[in-house]
Amino acid sequence: MSFVGGGRRVTALDGVSVRLKPGAVTGLIGPDGAGKTTLMRLAAGLLAADSGRIEVLGIDVAREPQRVQSAIGYMPQRFGLYEDLSVGENLELYADMQGVPRPMRAARYQELTRMTGLAPFTKRLAGRLSGGMKQKLGLACALVRPPRLLLLDEPTVGVDPVSRRELWSIVYGQVKAAGMTVLLSTAYLDEAERCAEVILLHEGRLLGQEAPAEFSQPLVGRTFVLRLEGMSTRALQSRLARVPGVLDALVTGDRVRIVAGEGFVPETATLLADHPTARIESVAPRFEDAFVARLKGQDGVHGAPPKVSMTIAGEVDDEVIRVRDLERRFGDFRAVKGISFSVKRGEIFGLLGANGAGKTTTFRMLCGLLPASRGELAVAGHDLRRAGARARRSIGYMAQRFSLYGNLTVMQNLRFFSSAYGLRGRHRAERIRWALDGFELDDYQDVNAGLLPLGYKQRLAFAVALMHQPAILFLDEPTSGVDPLARREFWARTNALAEAGVTVLVTTHFMEEANYCDRLVIMADGEVLAAGRPREIRQRARTQDSPDPSMEDAFIALVQGREVAA
Amino acid sequence: MRMLGMIRKESLQILRDPSSIAIAFVLPVVLLFLFGYGVSLDARSIPLGMVIEQPDAATNSLAGAFERSEYFAPRAYPSIQQAQQALAERRIDGILWLRNDFSKRLLSGREAPIAVRVNGVDSNQAQATKGYIEGAWLAWLNQYAAARGHPLPAPVVLEQRVWFNAALKSRDFLVPGLVAIIMTLIGSMLTAMVVAREWDRGTMEAMMVTPLRIREMMVGKLIPYFVLGMGGMAFTVALAVWQFDVPLRGSPWALFVASALFMLVSLAVGMLISIVSKNQFVAGQIAIVVTFLPAFILSGFIFDIHSMPEPIQIITHVVPARYFVAILQTLFLAGDVWPVFWTNMAAMSVLLLIFIILVRRKAHKRLE
Repeated sequence: MSFVGGGRRVTALDGVSVRLKPGAVTGLIGPDGAGKTTLMRLAAGLLAADSGRIEVLGIDVAREPQRVQSAIGYMPQRFGLYEDLSVGENLELYADMQGVPRPMRAARYQELTRMTGLAPFTKRLAGRLSGGMKQKLGLACALVRPPRLLLLDEPTVGVDPVSRRELWSIVYGQVKAAGMTVLLSTAYLDEAERCAEVILLHEGRLLGQEAPAEFSQPLVGRTFVLRLEGMSTRALQSRLARVPGVLDALVTGDRVRIVAGEGFVPETATLLADHPTARIESVAPRFEDAFVARLKGQDGVHGAPPKVSMTIAGEVDDEVIRVRDLERRFGDFRAVKGISFSVKRGEIFGLLGANGAGKTTTFRMLCGLLPASRGELAVAGHDLRRAGARARRSIGYMAQRFSLYGNLTVMQNLRFFSSAYGLRGRHRAERIRWALDGFELDDYQDVNAGLLPLGYKQRLAFAVALMHQPAILFLDEPTSGVDPLARREFWARTNALAEAGVTVLVTTHFMEEANYCDRLVIMADGEVLAAGRPREIRQRARTQDSPDPSMEDAFIALVQGREVAA
Repeated sequence: MRMLGMIRKESLQILRDPSSIAIAFVLPVVLLFLFGYGVSLDARSIPLGMVIEQPDAATNSLAGAFERSEYFAPRAYPSIQQAQQALAERRIDGILWLRNDFSKRLLSGREAPIAVRVNGVDSNQAQATKGYIEGAWLAWLNQYAAARGHPLPAPVVLEQRVWFNAALKSRDFLVPGLVAIIMTLIGSMLTAMVVAREWDRGTMEAMMVTPLRIREMMVGKLIPYFVLGMGGMAFTVALAVWQFDVPLRGSPWALFVASALFMLVSLAVGMLISIVSKNQFVAGQIAIVVTFLPAFILSGFIFDIHSMPEPIQIITHVVPARYFVAILQTLFLAGDVWPVFWTNMAAMSVLLLIFIILVRRKAHKRLE
């Protein structure tokens, strides 16, 4: 399967052969650009393959697409809802389309709305639902006549963890009750473990199709966690990542998780000779470990990225960003409801929350792109209301979709952005060289930015945001959709910058990435649910049953706690 | 059931989305008022420079005739040079020059003793100005000759009679044409936007993977917008007749049948645009460029098709509005002239068939 894009043929799927297990949930997993959506659309008869054959429920899709489309349930990435119709009207429309007999409808709607918790909202317009509720309504519409095969394209991306868990339980309920076969794509690797079987795609190629436990089987006995008193997890992680023989090092909770290369035995002597007190425990491998190990096995040895050097003047305890009672209204909708926090120099500060929590709105106000409706906002000592332009000079901003010029080459992008920041002559040439070296973009100088693999696009966008050596860096969803290796690289660079004194503000909907932050706030519905160090926030969710809760557990506990209080 | 579901859904969306109702009802009002009141091809108060080199009884009488006329706003200049300067600066549209031998030549009955200069920069305006000056001159000459008991020096008297629009009111001629322009815009914009909106919002993808057939989807979308568009049409005609006092001499049924056919053509064109562009913004732009502008320029609404160059005349045959403008102008001003009606209806039917075939060809349940 290939597409023509930007004058060049892009192969989206390359010789993939898979077979779905009936009556089970198969996960289609891979980063953005892996070919997940293309595979889904091929199966739904929405695209025609260049070569090869797809059979769905015994029907040749290429020959009889309508028969397949009449038989399956499909939920596209944007849920396929009519936002100006109510919940009930959306269900009614899909029931009309699927030919559900009228006498059966009332009972079916009741069952679906009960299952999705939408029963109290049947009169509400779909456009006014939260992201999680939209996703569940989309699912309900796809299930209005129980199909034998259900295709769900990234149903969980950007949705809060509570809704994600609910979606999974609905899907499993359907599989059990109706013997439905489900193909579900996701970029969240932790969701792989919920599937009976996993199809792992990367850049259009099939990396494997197995049960999730089988994927991680070769890594049994090679995964460990370490803790060291008196050293931050971030510092420990970046040190371990450089030890030869360590395939992967990752901050999880207040420990560092490592995957050992084949034949490497991690002991204090080999890992941390100067810290004999370090405790190393063996743990069970996870799906993500297996994915990273496979990717590294493919690309050859992939060392830690080169250190990005930058020096920012100032004292450690300087308060760089101060936000007090910040509010933003859009009409009568309060997107941000009076939040307060402050960030110190050299900190990595996280804004965590689902889509629609108010993260991006807060961010835009901090960058001076959107005026605040109320409240106090100071960045680098400048009041953004009065000295917006001066404050912006000390800010680097990397937007969600990277804002690069897709039809300019890497070099042209660097030249353009550096001159836009007012860099000239020798200084500019030096900064461009710094970007090419520090972000390993030398080999891609003449490639159009639009044609770069996603991980490289991210690097380029990161470099561009740093051209003018800003003291403060704003990163909006920087890791959304990129593969786990690019994500690790990204965090390694961010850590290095923070150590050099750059203050970093980052938003993410990946709960586990919160552990890379020094401090963070968790946002929901425009409010701050919790603020503090990752460890403090996690410990709030500690119970006897779960002595070591993850950030996701903590988030769910916080949201549920709020609902009980309300 | 599927088609009814589609119709119900589209109707609900129309009722909730003020933009489609605005296209059908507010747009006609704006355009009608703009053209009905703002644009006029009639001459009124033409600024005219007058140079009278030797004033006497005859020149005073002529100047008085021009001053009393509602078509002119004369201004006197002492010399032809100053008047020409004013003409060059466009302060006046024409010059009436009475030389110092005016009265002598007038009495001797020799060749016309006035000279006229008009500014040819705007050729339509120049023609009109020239015509009006000639008319006023001839009228005065008649009157002058009768008063003095002389026969008219000009040998032939032209008796003009304008049919169907006796007063030559340009509004009566513009408004029916405007109805066609408005319907082109309503019809193509409505469907161009709504199908493209489904692509934009990702709902098309979900609809495709259902038992819904492409034919059912297209017809299900056409019917509600046909009803809305015809509502807008009726409203526009009502405004034309009662607000602008344009006579409707033909039968309302013929008007209804012709409008219904033209509305279908416009909706089909809009649908074709949205299928090809798949993006609301682009679809809106294309709808204006490929339907509204040609309807405006190439339909005979303002510019006469017969005076266009041959190749352009050929192009006008694929502009559906051309046929509808012809029907409308006939129905409003002349009445039921069946040969005109049926030939143009036949042409529109052929175009409708072509557009429907193209829509069927281009509409796939595919994302490419």
